Amino acid sequence: MDRNQSRRQIAAMKQSLFDQGYLDEQFIQLEELQDDANPNFVEEIVTLYYRDSSRLISNIEQAIREKNPLDFNKLDNIMHQFKGSSSSIGAKKVKAESTLFREYCRAGNGEGCIKSFQQLKKEHALLRKKLEAYFQMARQAGPLETACGPK
Amino acid sequence: MNLSNGKGSMSTASSSAAMKSGDIVSDQFPAGLRVLVVDDDPTCLMILEKMLRTCLYQVTKCTRAENALSLLRENKNGFDIVISDVHMPDMDGFKLLEHIGLEMDLPVIMMSADDGKNVVMKGVTHGACDYLIKPVRIEALKNIWQHVIRRRKNELKDLEQSGSAEEGDRQQKPTDEADYSSSANEGNWRNAKKRRDEEDEAEDRDDTSTLKKPRVVWSVELHQQFVAAVNQLGIDKAVPKKILELMNVPGLTRENVASHLQKYRLYLRRLSGVSQHQSNLNNSFISSQEATFGAISSLNGIDLQTLAATGQLPAQSLATLQAAGLGRSTAKASIPMPLVDQRNIFSFENPRLRFGEGQQQHVSGSKPMNLLHGIPTNMEPKQLANLHQSTQSLGGLNMRVNASPAQSNPLLMQMSQSQPRGHMLSENTISHVPRLPTSMGQSTVPNGTSNGIMGRNGIPDSNRGAAYNPVPQTSSMLNFPMNQTTEMSAGSFPLGSTPGMSNITSKGTYQDGVASGIKGSSGFAPSYDIFNELHQQKTHDWDIQNLGLPYDASQHANALQGNVDVSPSVLVHQGFSSTRQTGQNRDATSIGKAMFSLGEGMEPGNFQNIGQHLNTLLPDNSVRVKTERIPDASSQTNLFSEQYGQEDLMSALLKQQEGIGPAENEFDFDGYSMDNIPV
Repeated sequence: MDRNQSRRQIAAMKQSLFDQGYLDEQFIQLEELQDDANPNFVEEIVTLYYRDSSRLISNIEQAIREKNPLDFNKLDNIMHQFKGSSSSIGAKKVKAESTLFREYCRAGNGEGCIKSFQQLKKEHALLRKKLEAYFQMARQAGPLETACGPK
Repeated sequence: MNLSNGKGSMSTASSSAAMKSGDIVSDQFPAGLRVLVVDDDPTCLMILEKMLRTCLYQVTKCTRAENALSLLRENKNGFDIVISDVHMPDMDGFKLLEHIGLEMDLPVIMMSADDGKNVVMKGVTHGACDYLIKPVRIEALKNIWQHVIRRRKNELKDLEQSGSAEEGDRQQKPTDEADYSSSANEGNWRNAKKRRDEEDEAEDRDDTSTLKKPRVVWSVELHQQFVAAVNQLGIDKAVPKKILELMNVPGLTRENVASHLQKYRLYLRRLSGVSQHQSNLNNSFISSQEATFGAISSLNGIDLQTLAATGQLPAQSLATLQAAGLGRSTAKASIPMPLVDQRNIFSFENPRLRFGEGQQQHVSGSKPMNLLHGIPTNMEPKQLANLHQSTQSLGGLNMRVNASPAQSNPLLMQMSQSQPRGHMLSENTISHVPRLPTSMGQSTVPNGTSNGIMGRNGIPDSNRGAAYNPVPQTSSMLNFPMNQTTEMSAGSFPLGSTPGMSNITSKGTYQDGVASGIKGSSGFAPSYDIFNELHQQKTHDWDIQNLGLPYDASQHANALQGNVDVSPSVLVHQGFSSTRQTGQNRDATSIGKAMFSLGEGMEPGNFQNIGQHLNTLLPDNSVRVKTERIPDASSQTNLFSEQYGQEDLMSALLKQQEGIGPAENEFDFDGYSMDNIPV
């Protein structure tokens, strides 16, 4: 495949992720950290994030399933962590959803929590797919096209 | 480590050291800065590590707070700065922060995705030197080295001050030196010193202690000679060199005169208008807030800061002053010493700074100077003279509650110990506020700055600045010859703030007996408390206590009057802490108490007066103290007038208490109301 073409495709994909609000500025920060010493830094971070955040999600799931009534405090704590991670990789929609979840927790709204949680899982999974596709393409195209944020 | 070497230079800068030291740092600096990152989130941790590496820092990661603590304990000097998350499963981030502050005295930066005001405030109160909101950007990490430098500077100052200034309070310099060199102490500041540049420090200390440079005690006659010379030359044209020539006093150095001139100028400035000071104070106050909470040296820092605040104090002198005087820990104390007013300056110099050091650089004496800075020198020249006298007498008594503004002046004068301070004092300039931060080593010493600022604004609080310093910090200051000038300032605080008073109070606490007592309890805190309390009234708002609690001048005023008898050490301490919590009212009371306790030796009546003055001052101060607030110049002046009445009392008090002077320095800091002062 034409290198330029694939690069353009990658750039376009990235741009759309930004435009659609999946990613924010923080992702660019990560890309800027990528260098020759760590050529796959961003991908590594995202992988690490998904590993850790999936664990947190299952913790929340377990907490929701087991306890009744819901332990909002505990849920809020877990979500706080989750939110921190998500924001550090620039996962914009996921972060927004976790904020919403926390608000429901603070309000003691169990229904709201559960609904929000479902939405959050969706966003989380969707972003993962998109990023995986993005990284795959990036790997194929070569290391040159990274580190350019949304223009 | 390069950094340490580079930083070491800081300590060496006896003159203008503080400011320059930063420059002297190794060229590679801040590269190689040893950072310890603690965060249970592996993603964030990895990102942070990469970012820090990109900044050329040396990074160690840790997912658990316990591991971090043991790492720190094992390598006492292995790290320069710690970055920690707030929410961690095994230990609360703030707890870790406290531990580190107590055990290692390293600068700690807190991080969290939580940006709620309460949490950030908590960080401040617990002594974090910064608070970052996640997601953290690399830009935020690029400048973390400033916290390291700042702390080192403060420590340096504190060490010097404490070492030099107070014989009784802290180990004598020689002892200190020995300690340092032997690196036996785990004390935070010791370590810091060591890290920085033990040799340098030791040398400095040696000089000061062994050489026993004669401190210049600005007696009434001397001050009068000085004033005469200044008047002859014209205040605008009065330069230290010429003044020195005119005075023709053997043994007096240009530096002595310069620092004294600074204070004097501040004093005059105070008299003329405090509004400027106020703003200045505020500035300095804010900056001083940073002072590490636990750092005892805060006092020192504060003094210098205040002096710096006064604006006139050149960064360098401030630095030196701070170094010298700061030993008090004002530097560390985040409490701004708003008092800088002239009174403060005078008072500071004596008590805190190493007297007789004559060295500008080592500001040990400078502390007193600081005091003056912060405090707008509303005092009239004669008052200053009075202060001198009183300061002298105060020396013994710390308590000397700044009997009368005038009195404090003389006291302050006496403080002259720190020549550098003199600079500060002469500064009178309202700008002291800005100065402080500079000299202080970048606002690390909130205390100092605030004090200085305070003074400027004419807020009596400035003196208080010292008070604000977190207790531990102030203690160093307080230990100083509280007796000195601090008291003077209290009395003479016409400068608009009780700073004089506060100084005194703090001084009082220090008093030999008291001080020790106080020290024991809080480390310094006692003395500071007093100051703080005094200042608190003014600065309450700012610092320590309330960190932003609005200071109710009225409340304080009332409080002051009520308190008259608090036992110095106890009160101070209590007052301080209480004020913190309650905020303003307490402060006033504590201050009042502090004052009173200080004045124990003094006639009770006097205290009352002083207290009242304080009250009046405080309200004003409080206004001023608030960093944001701009004190009314008028209010300040009013205060002063009241204070003047007290002069007589104050002077009497002051006379009684020799050596209270130094307290003033502390006050300076107090003066600043530091909103953020970590208590």
